[in-house]
Amino acid sequence: MHELGVVFYIIKDVKKVAEQNGVQHVSKVILDLGEVSMVVPYQLQDCWKWAVQREEMLSNCILDIHPIPAVTFCESCHQEYATVTYGKICPHCGSADTYLVRGNEVEIHSIEVD
Amino acid sequence: MKVIEIKKSVFADNDQDANLLRQELKQRGVFLLNLMSSPGSGKTTTLIQVINRLKSQIRIAVMEADIDSDVDAVKIREATGVESVQLHTGGMCHLDAEMTRQGLDHLSKEGIDLAILENVGNLVCPAEFDTGSVKNAMILSVPEGHDKPLKYPLMFTICDLVIINKTDVLPYFDFDMNKCREYVLMRNPKATILPISAKTGEGIDAVAQWLLDEVRKWKL
Repeated sequence: MHELGVVFYIIKDVKKVAEQNGVQHVSKVILDLGEVSMVVPYQLQDCWKWAVQREEMLSNCILDIHPIPAVTFCESCHQEYATVTYGKICPHCGSADTYLVRGNEVEIHSIEVD
Repeated sequence: MKVIEIKKSVFADNDQDANLLRQELKQRGVFLLNLMSSPGSGKTTTLIQVINRLKSQIRIAVMEADIDSDVDAVKIREATGVESVQLHTGGMCHLDAEMTRQGLDHLSKEGIDLAILENVGNLVCPAEFDTGSVKNAMILSVPEGHDKPLKYPLMFTICDLVIINKTDVLPYFDFDMNKCREYVLMRNPKATILPISAKTGEGIDAVAQWLLDEVRKWKL
C-alpha cells in the first residue's frame, strides 16, 4: 500500500548518488528487500515502472529486487529460526523472548550506471 | 557499465529528518503526538474529548491528515476551539517527517505545548514512517476485534499508548479485553493500555492524564 512512497524515496536517493558521481543515466537499481519488510515486491515493481518513466535519468531503469529471508533469534536458547514459518514463538524451546535479526531491510544495495 | 555501491536504507533520510524534527521540538518545548488507527475507530471523537479536558491547562494544536476533505479539521475546531489544520497527503497512505514538518509550519510558531498529528486511518503504512513524534499512540475500537495486534504487529510494536475505544458496545461484541491486553503486551511489553468510551466519556480522564504527564516530562 505504501509502495509508491517507497519508490519515491528510492528515486530520490538514487538521483542524489547519480548527481554526486556525475552520472547521466542509471540502468539498474539493486534493492535488498527483507521478507518481513511489509513491502510487496510486485507492487513495488508496478509503482517503479510507472515512476521511472517520469525521470529522464532513470528511463527504463530496472529494479532488481534481492530478497532477504527473515531470521529470528531466541534469547532463551540462543538459536536462530525462520521467522515466516514460526513467527514470534521459538520452535526450539517455546520461548517468546525472541527478536528479529534480519528480514526488515529496504536497502539500496547498488546501482548500475551507463 | 559501472556499479556504484550504496548500501543505504531507503528510510534513512526520513529517519534522519524525523530525529532532527524531534530535536527542534525539544528545543521549542513542543510535544508532538502521532495518533494512528483504522478508519472509523473514533480518533476525532476521542481527540475532542481529550482536548476539552486539557485545553485549560496546556496549549494544544491539531494537524489532521487525510487523503482528501477538511471535515475533521473543521470538526475539531468547532468542538474544541483549538487551532487545527488539515493536511492532504495527495493519495499517499501515511505521513512522513517532511510532511509533518510542513504541517507544523502552518501552526502558530510560538506557544504550543502539545501538537497532535492525526495520521491517515490505516494500521499498516503509518507504522513504517517515523513522523518525528515524541510518542506514538493508536486507537483500537471494540468492533475491530481483540486480535488486531496479531494481524498488524508493527503498529502495536511502535505504540507507547494503545487506547481501546467504544467499550460502551462491549456487550454486543465477542471482544476479549484480557486477550487483547495479552496480545498488545506480546508486541510491546512497555505499552500503556487504556480502555475508553469516547461516546460516554469513560476513561478519557486517564488518557488526558497520560498525555499531560508525557508533555510535562518532555518540557523538563
